[in-house]
Amino acid sequence: MSIVLGFVALVAVVALTWLWKQGVADRPWLETGAVTRIPSPGGQPTGRAGLGIFLIVAGGLFALSGSAVSMRMGYADWFEMRLPGVIWIGLALLVLSSLALQAASFAARRGDARGLARWLGAGTVAMTGFLMAQGLAWVRLAESGQSLAATPGASFFYLISGLHVLHVLGGLAALARVGARQGRGPAEAATAIGLCAIYWHFLLIVWIAMLAILTGWAADAAALCRAILS
Amino acid sequence: MSSVSEDPDSGIPPAEVPDLPPPHAHGWWSRWVFSQDAKYIALQYSGTAIAIGMVALVLSWLIRMQLGFPGVFDFISAEAYYQFITMHGMIMVVYLLTAIFLGGFGNYLIPLMVGARDMVFPFVNMLSFWMYFAAVVVLVASFFAPGGPTGAGWTLYPPQAILSGTPGGTGWGIVLMLVSLILFIIGFTMGGLNYAVTVLQARTRGMTLMRMPLTVWGIFTATVMALLAFPALFVAAVMMLFDRLLGTSFFMPALVEMGQQLSYGGGSPIVFQHLFWFFGHPEVYIVALPAFGIVSDLIAVHARKNIFGYRMMVWAIVIIGALSFIVWAHHMYVSGMHPYFGFFFATTTLIIAVPTALKVYNWILTLWRGDIHLTLPMLFALGFIVTFLNGGLTGLFLGNVVVDVPLSDTMFVVAHFHMVMGVAPIMVIFGAIYHWFPLISGRMLSHRLGLIHFWVTFIGAYAIFFPMHYVGLVGVPRRYPDISASFVPDSVATLNAFISVAALTVGAAQILFLFNFAWSLRYGRKAEPNPWRAASLEWQTPEMPPRHGNWGKELPVVYRWAYEYSVPGASRDFIAQDDPGHPASWSHVP
Repeated sequence: MSIVLGFVALVAVVALTWLWKQGVADRPWLETGAVTRIPSPGGQPTGRAGLGIFLIVAGGLFALSGSAVSMRMGYADWFEMRLPGVIWIGLALLVLSSLALQAASFAARRGDARGLARWLGAGTVAMTGFLMAQGLAWVRLAESGQSLAATPGASFFYLISGLHVLHVLGGLAALARVGARQGRGPAEAATAIGLCAIYWHFLLIVWIAMLAILTGWAADAAALCRAILS
Repeated sequence: MSSVSEDPDSGIPPAEVPDLPPPHAHGWWSRWVFSQDAKYIALQYSGTAIAIGMVALVLSWLIRMQLGFPGVFDFISAEAYYQFITMHGMIMVVYLLTAIFLGGFGNYLIPLMVGARDMVFPFVNMLSFWMYFAAVVVLVASFFAPGGPTGAGWTLYPPQAILSGTPGGTGWGIVLMLVSLILFIIGFTMGGLNYAVTVLQARTRGMTLMRMPLTVWGIFTATVMALLAFPALFVAAVMMLFDRLLGTSFFMPALVEMGQQLSYGGGSPIVFQHLFWFFGHPEVYIVALPAFGIVSDLIAVHARKNIFGYRMMVWAIVIIGALSFIVWAHHMYVSGMHPYFGFFFATTTLIIAVPTALKVYNWILTLWRGDIHLTLPMLFALGFIVTFLNGGLTGLFLGNVVVDVPLSDTMFVVAHFHMVMGVAPIMVIFGAIYHWFPLISGRMLSHRLGLIHFWVTFIGAYAIFFPMHYVGLVGVPRRYPDISASFVPDSVATLNAFISVAALTVGAAQILFLFNFAWSLRYGRKAEPNPWRAASLEWQTPEMPPRHGNWGKELPVVYRWAYEYSVPGASRDFIAQDDPGHPASWSHVP
């Protein structure tokens, strides 16, 4: 459970720092009678706060999945699985998609409508490619005898990549909605596409972290760190 | 940006977040069924939660009938008994308590208490309720499925949960339970996003975090905790569903059942326990923190005193929320964990008692020399404090490994958690309903019926759960449908019969409450605006009950915290949060 505890600790540090900045050391009982100050909350787009909270939930989901894998790895019958090469093509496409969305976000902020359309298209195509690569990886794995119930590693791979694909599909649906609403003005479009870009980076980081855990690299790196420290 | 008019000389800055009108209903369906008004969604959540809670209440009667009079009721087989305890536990913890505190009180009170027109994502909020409703429908469907609902115990521990020896294990029961939980969590996430972001973004001007009523602090912190904890149950439910339907072995070791070698192998039931309790322990505080917050407000209003140690109360809520994520394995002392882990988790468990005790002291110090009105909300609040304290003290017993091991899986545990997260939060829910019923309906609940309801419930709850500790101490295990032929003394059977009679009586008192609720909705005395003379913002709306959009033309501006009671020199014994404090409302400024 160390992975999810690390995640919760990270969230706690961010939350406590934020709370401190928001004045949780104030003494409201001394502010009686006169108007001392009327600070106004908010100040950032509501959608960004909503996305931030959602990323904490989704991050927690994947951290818990990672924790389950790492606990299962401790058992004697665990062996590291050989992933098909197409996984790495998928990863490259995911990186490209993330970069394209970031470029689209910059274009939207500049008000460059043509650049925006081009980069959005590129990002969508790359993400669709990622989904196809994942589908192909599942087929290849099953062909090589590593079907869903065959080995513990394969079970976790299908489960976690499946959850990730569901999050990708949700992201694509949101992006389609943003694309359909572009007529509402450049400022709103820039905000919405900026949020999509953040989500795309999240999908990329999560997938890299999950691959690192599933391939055993994360465990190797942790063991190396422990060896260096001790 | 803002529709709020302001005097440039007043020093009130313009709103940073635009005051957008909430979505209006365009027809019968969008007004009465798919409403996006948080107040209406709150009532939908509460109504559904209480309805399914009644099912769980009836199940508890059946459980007690079997335990008190074993063998008398032929229709309660051992399998049926397991199904009753499982569904009773799961419904009460998840579908009633979580849903009513966050979906019910959260939806109704957050926008009103922070001065917002509605939740920030009303459409998602509406979806949240309907996902919850679907979850309840799937849960209820399992009663009618072939083989009936699951009887795996509310913790759904594998491997037994999906084996043929457990009712519903290889049939539909466990599948429907897991699907229902998954739907619930998706729905809750949608609602939770709303509660958290509304508190972060939609507070009105002047409503700093440290001016929020403790109710909002409790619900907000519990929401954030639930958003972090429920994914653990989600992952566990999905993995178990895979094990049950697709033949994976996430949680299933190699095993032989009825002489047959099953196809499972290598999985770890302990992984499930970790995931389940990583959700399960914070869940206790997801229920308790809103109760803490609400009870603080009830005590301050009905004792006409500002809450003692507001800042400490806020910090204690946040610290309890954070600590509750590192205590989960105290539910697993008998799972064969390393003794050092037990030591660690016992230590963190006992540390939680510090901020919790701080809250209890602060409630008592708030009452100390207060102008205590023994209204129904106050009675229930007092009932909560005593009960929570009693339940918490036995928690200190169970938090220690050496005491927990012999008491594990006995009725002592059942008595403990019913006191601390059954009776105590329910007391707060009742107190809150008596307190906010005038705001919601414009009428008062009957005081006389309420008094009968309170005393029967309070004394009855102790008649049920106090003796149950002794039943546990003599070694009676939980989850056994019939112990009459075993080693326990005859006096246990007598005590069990007594507990069952008390349980049925308390159950009947809840029907009296439902009658009071229904009767008062129509015939109750009309409530005057702000009948409890409360200072918090939800009572200061232009109309009572508040209309769609809550605040009329202008959003309120907040000048103070929510606890200005019995202020020396003020003309009334409270000053509302949106009262600018002009000399007109004061006899002299101190």
